[in-house]
Parts: sequence; C-alpha cells; structure tokens
Amino acid sequence: MGYVAVKGGNEAIERACQVFAHERMKGDSAPLGVDQVREQLYLAVDRVMGEGSLYAPELAALALKQSAGDTFEASFMLRAFRATRPRLGYSLAARTEKMRIIRRISSAFKDIPGGQILGPTSDYTLRLLDFDLLEDDEARRAAFKKRVFSHIPAGAEIPETFPRVIRILRREGLLEEDLGAGRKEEAVFDITRQSLTFPAPRSATLQALARSETGGMLALAYSSMRGYGNIHPTLGELRIGYVPLTIRHPETGEPYTIGEVKVTEAEVLARMQGNDGMPKFSLGYGLCFGQNELKAISMAILDRCIRAEKPSCPAEDQEFVLYHTDGIEAMGFCNHWKLPHYVDFLSDLDRLRKAQDVARAGKAREDGDAAA
Amino acid sequence: MLLHEWLKNEAGTEKRPGYPFGFMDEGAKKEIRRCILKAVAIPGYQVPYGSREMPIARGWGTGGIQITLSLIKPDDILKVIDQGCDGSVNAVNIKKFLAEVADVEVTNDTCAATIIQTRHRIPEEPMTGRQILVLQVPYPEALREVEPSEMETRRMHAEADYSRMWLYLYEDIVKYGEITISYRYPVTVNGRYITDPSPIPRWDVPRLHMADTLFLFGAGREKRIYAIPPHTEVVPLEFEDHTFRTEDFSGKACARCGATGTFLDEVVDNEKGGRSYFCSDTGYCDKRSTTCSR
Repeated sequence: MGYVAVKGGNEAIERACQVFAHERMKGDSAPLGVDQVREQLYLAVDRVMGEGSLYAPELAALALKQSAGDTFEASFMLRAFRATRPRLGYSLAARTEKMRIIRRISSAFKDIPGGQILGPTSDYTLRLLDFDLLEDDEARRAAFKKRVFSHIPAGAEIPETFPRVIRILRREGLLEEDLGAGRKEEAVFDITRQSLTFPAPRSATLQALARSETGGMLALAYSSMRGYGNIHPTLGELRIGYVPLTIRHPETGEPYTIGEVKVTEAEVLARMQGNDGMPKFSLGYGLCFGQNELKAISMAILDRCIRAEKPSCPAEDQEFVLYHTDGIEAMGFCNHWKLPHYVDFLSDLDRLRKAQDVARAGKAREDGDAAA
Repeated sequence: MLLHEWLKNEAGTEKRPGYPFGFMDEGAKKEIRRCILKAVAIPGYQVPYGSREMPIARGWGTGGIQITLSLIKPDDILKVIDQGCDGSVNAVNIKKFLAEVADVEVTNDTCAATIIQTRHRIPEEPMTGRQILVLQVPYPEALREVEPSEMETRRMHAEADYSRMWLYLYEDIVKYGEITISYRYPVTVNGRYITDPSPIPRWDVPRLHMADTLFLFGAGREKRIYAIPPHTEVVPLEFEDHTFRTEDFSGKACARCGATGTFLDEVVDNEKGGRSYFCSDTGYCDKRSTTCSR
C-alpha cells in the first residue's frame, strides 16, 4: 500500500545520516586532519568563517571536514553554533590602518605611499594543473622552501601602518565626505539580534553583506558592472592582513586588545553628482573575514550600488540585495522543496480541478450557444 | 520541574555536552518570548525578531523551532507533525532535535501533547486552552503575492491598505470563475490585519476562528513571529457572491480508518492504477484504527 511511503520512518532517516558520514570514510585514504584543512585549504576556511559569520579557524575547518567540503553546509554549521553562545559584548571600532598587511594593492595609482605589496595571491599564476602536487611530500616541500627562501634579498622594513589611498583623493576634494566623519561612534544595529528593516541603516547593510554568500554577491555585483547598473568602479585599494580588535574593560573602561582577525578590505571608487552639484567620487566599502578578495570587491561594489537614490536595477535595490544574498537562508529555503508538500499539492489539485470544471462548463455553454 | 532543578539534576549527564538546555542561550529565548507576548497583544501583526540560526536548515521550520525552544520546559509533552504526519522525515528530524536538547517526552497523541509543532496542518482533534500550536511559516507576508517589497507591505499593513489584495481575488474570479488560492488562504484576524495562516489547507482555516488554543506562527528565515490568541475572530477573505470554500472530499473516506470528516491525502496506487485516500492526520487515524479494531 502507498500508505507506508508517506512516513519517513525513524530508521530510514538514521540510516541516511550514517550513509552520508560513511561516504567520507569508505575509501582507503588516511583520515583528513582538521589541521590539514585549516592549513592547506585555508581559503575555504576563510570563506566559511565569513559566510558563517564566526571567526573560528579550527571550527570552520572541522565544519568543512564534516560537510565533506560543502562550503554552504560548513558555514551553516558555524552559524548554528553561534546560536548557542551568548552575546557578551561588542568590540570597539577596528582601525584598519593598523592592519598587519600581507597584501595591498591599488589599481587607481601606479605608485602609492607605502608601495604596492602583492603578497599571497593566485592572480598571477597560470591556471595549469601542477602535476607535481600529485607527489606532494616532505622532501619536495623542503626543497621548495629552500629554493624560495635562499634568494631573498634583505628588504626594507615593512612599515607599521599604511596610509589609505583614498585619503589622497579626499584631501584634494575629489572624494565625497567620509560617511562616518564627525559622528560619534554610535550603537551598531546588530542584525543577529534585530531583523532588518528598510531602508536599512548602514551598519546593518555592511553586516549583512559581510556574511553574505560569495557567489550570490558576485552574481549581483557582476550584473551591475556588466550592464544592469551604472557603476563603473575603480579599485582604490585592496588590503589583506590582520587587524587588532579591542574591547572596553567592563569594570575599568580601559581598552584592551583581545587578539587579531584576518580580513580582506576593499574600497572602490565610482563617480557621482555631489549634493552641491559638484561631481565627485563616491566610495563603496567591503570587508570580510579571511582572504576572500572576490567577496570584498563584490561587497564594495554592492555597497556603492545600493546607495543609489532611485534603484534602476536589482543590484541597486537595497532590499533585493540584502534579502537574497544570504547563503544560509537561500540554501535552506531552496532545499526545503525536497520536503513533502502533499497537503499543499492536494489543495492545489482541488483548485485546479475546480477551475477546469468551470472552464469545461463555460465551453459547453458556448458550444451549445453556437449549435443553437 | 523547574529549569534550574533540571540543570542541577542532569549536570554531567547531558546528552549533548557543550549545548545549553533548549539549545539557544537564555538571552535569546527571553528575547523570543518577549516577541511572542507582543504578537499575542496585537493579533495577526508580524513582529520582527532576531531570528537565530538553528542546526536545521532555514525553510525547514526554524521559526517554529525557535518558538518551541523558547517556551519548552522539561515537563512538557511534545508532538511534531509535518503535513499532518508524525512520521514524516522533517517531523522526525525536528522531534529528535527538540527532544535531545530539551529532553522532553514526545507523543503522537494530539490530546496528550502540551506543545504541538506543525508544518502545513492543524490536527483534526480539537485542541484545548492548555495547549499551544506552533506553526512553521515559510512566507509570513500575506500580501507578498501582490507586493514584493517589504517596505511597501509594511506600509500597506500600517494603513490597512488592502485594496490590491481584494483586487487580486476579484481578478482571480474574472479569470477563472473561482478564487484559485488553494492553501495559504489569507484571513483577516481580529478585524484588523490580513494574515497568512501558513500553508495549511483551506480545510483548516475555519478552525482558527474563535478557537480555545493559542496559535503561534514562526518564520525563521523571514524573521517574523505572529499569533492568533484564543477566542479571536479569524475570517477568510471572501465576497458575498463568491464565498470561501474548503477542499471537497464528498463521497470519499479514509481507506484505513473509514473517516469521512477529515482532510484526506490522495495516494496514487500504481498496482491498481486507481487512487486511494488516507487521513492526512496520521495520529488521529492511528487512534481511530486501534479503537475500531478493538
């Protein structure tokens, strides 16, 4: 009888979970260490920390292992873990000028104060499969390290702080005023504690984008740069590095540095008409956990797009962008269509059959009229 | 048993070490309970809240889960159904999770439960004032069909500007000779807000009206909570000459328990090429079947 099929059954569900876990371990390879994931798949770890909005490399690596490499699932696990932890407080605003930089480029100026620092990037690699990696082992790694580090010239000291490229433009009156300038540090709109209202305050917008899904943001940002929008961005500066975080001591009120987080920061410039009728550059800002340049740049472009006064395309519509780029929400809802919908579908059938009856009756009446 | 006693008793024997009672931190649960109180005070109004991520995917009942977790106590008796069925994959999964993090007794019996979490159905057996029905909601906004923007629908609700919704129903009749909304049938709650009753079939809509039970609606992904308190007027949108009608099961009966007054699932029977009908509420059907065989 069909009745049995309606029920999932405890045991079948239990087994499905076991089969899923077993898929990962059925081969002959050695178990994957979480440290291996953290160190050798660090870009995936960075991405998962960003989209899961929890800076925890070890947990992100664990989630990636457990999800068999599915970044959506892994970010989802981190987000769910957040729900079990109380909110203890907020850090003070981080100063990214103090970033311990590992990469920093500008495509606006050839030479920038502090210099262009290329750092670790795949940008300039040929995307050819490196078959040597098939035979990766300690000896090869040692040889590689020797080759790389034996020819390093004694370079100049890296400065502690780097001036922002956009500061040059602002000094010359070419860039709009700093949105935060002169304002006292205000309470942030915490999107994990309040649901978004529109128009969303800027702190909410930036939070939402910072934990949005890379691919979704890229698609919307790309639509804007390709033609469904009017933003022609220039990458003022892209920085990757470690930013110190400080909190205020709850008793003494003294600021304390509690650690540092790796972030990618992007600032894009786009032309606009100033309020005083003077054409100026405006700034789009992107920042996310870890090294994820695609996301930071997409975020900066979208941040600029959604400040359009009259949205003319999806990427300029704040509500459209913020509601549809959260990967955790989108994936959950998309997956939910796999759940049973028997009741709704039956209700649908009922309406369809009724509508067909009405249509048939109408047609019969017309035919009758025509025959008469 | 009080929560702190439970925590004391169970210390060290937690099933999930590292996770607090009811999964969410206490601050979150308190915050959600406050939103529920507001929702009860303004029937049918969608209260925005800081929806937390659950370890079950968005769109799979996380709004309902958060409500249940914020209300549940160790001595509650929990029932979870999906499409009326206790054994459906999602119901089993949610029940397993809730029972694990709150360590409560579970049941399939509507009458025995203190909290029932449901997706897309209201149990057939009438519920009492001592019970709470928690409904999982995919789209909390009844006006979404006619207006995609949240900013705009909130304005429409504030001004009770529902003309476009009525026009939508009218155009439906012009096009099809019938209102074709099948499930998620919009209702007016307490004479004020047009409200989405969640994707329950039309069959269940009249049972929201002047009920003894508190209905709580949770939309986790959309971050809204709303409520229909007991003894509240709930009126489906209809016209004088095109009245609201429920699904028609005339001439059909459950092939298992013989019930005629229940919402029936249509099952395609390949062997015979025909169709059979079964109660969608499996707990009720089980109860009737055992009573009959006895």
